[in-house]
Amino acid sequence: MAKPKIATASLAGCFGCHMSLLDIDDRILKLVELVDFDKSPVDDIKKFTGRITVGLIEGGCCNEENVHNLQYFRENCDILVSLGECAIMGGIPAMRNTIPLKECLDEAYLNGPTVYNPSGKIPGDKDLPLILDKVYPCHEVVKMDYHLPGCPPSADLIWQALVALLENKPMDLPYEVIKYD
Amino acid sequence: MSDKIKFTIDGVEIEATPGQTIMQAADEAGVYIPRLCAHKDLLPFGSCRVCTVMVNDRPQAACTQPASQGMYVESETEELRQIRTNLVEMLFVEGNHYCPFCEKSGNCELQALGYRLGMLAPKYPYMFNKHDVDASHPDIYIDHNRCILCARCVRSSKELDGKNVFQFVGRGIHKKIAFNSDTNLAATNVSVTDKAIENCPVGAILTKGVGYAVPIGKRMYDSQPIGSDIEARKATEK
Repeated sequence: MAKPKIATASLAGCFGCHMSLLDIDDRILKLVELVDFDKSPVDDIKKFTGRITVGLIEGGCCNEENVHNLQYFRENCDILVSLGECAIMGGIPAMRNTIPLKECLDEAYLNGPTVYNPSGKIPGDKDLPLILDKVYPCHEVVKMDYHLPGCPPSADLIWQALVALLENKPMDLPYEVIKYD
Repeated sequence: MSDKIKFTIDGVEIEATPGQTIMQAADEAGVYIPRLCAHKDLLPFGSCRVCTVMVNDRPQAACTQPASQGMYVESETEELRQIRTNLVEMLFVEGNHYCPFCEKSGNCELQALGYRLGMLAPKYPYMFNKHDVDASHPDIYIDHNRCILCARCVRSSKELDGKNVFQFVGRGIHKKIAFNSDTNLAATNVSVTDKAIENCPVGAILTKGVGYAVPIGKRMYDSQPIGSDIEARKATEK
């Protein structure tokens, strides 16, 4: 029987959650025995090669590309997991949510003290993904099946949750591994 | 001692002295009832409702309801756990609670309740309302993003500090903590040693210059759930 497939994505995140995934240390050898990695920044596979058992999503949605990517994952993954605070509540990028988008862009490209921008324009090339009015948690865009909090979620949390999902066992997570920071 | 009141919480017999609330008697007996606005040094207030228990099948706030002879109290039921979780989740989406960079993280009672109740993500949509930060005072700052309106600062300032620095203004979603001054926190007679500062359960009122003083892993709720100190009393009594 073919091994189940795992896919990962980093949306509006910092790749810290992916670093934490690598932090499972030598258990990564066991993980490779358990699963095949499909579409993921880890192996740079761009398109799904088949049905995915578990998709791990780091980061929330700050632009249309994030939304399309997340929807693409939802269509192709049996189980979709919000990994980390940004996927769960927007995280650091969501700090802009209380400030109007125009003010954010003006500060970043026109008025900021270190800005050098002779054109005096805010980037608007059609090849750039359109930025959203605010940063959305993943579960406010598509249905998410599980949420693993943390900034980043600890390697132990990711490992224990992943193994439970792959072996179809209940997630019996100890108190110490659930943290929101 | 014939003036003792006896009642049960989840089938465990609890003794109380007349005038004690359910929560006070439970605390002494080593039975932890989750709470946010209640504080051992403050008068019962009953605003957060996290301590809701069923008393003879009716919901009551354990922090305000006096213990009485023979009452039948339920606390750790699935229904009540769900109600408490819902309340905590609503607080998480109503404010802007960024645990990853909050100085109070690890020592925060709201966060610790989330941990204890097993909250992985709030089920309600985030509101992302705009709130102010008042950093005018040289030693203290108040971040309204993190305020849960428990009124511990209001009550501590009045009851313990004898000052009346804090008060609520506004109603509903516009309700917030305000100061007894025409301008800002710096113009009040608040002091960094006030109990009102110490008793804030979240990172809303913080002392400047402290930062992330305790390393991750050694903070109050890193390895022990909130309420463990109260539950330990039961263990030592046996």
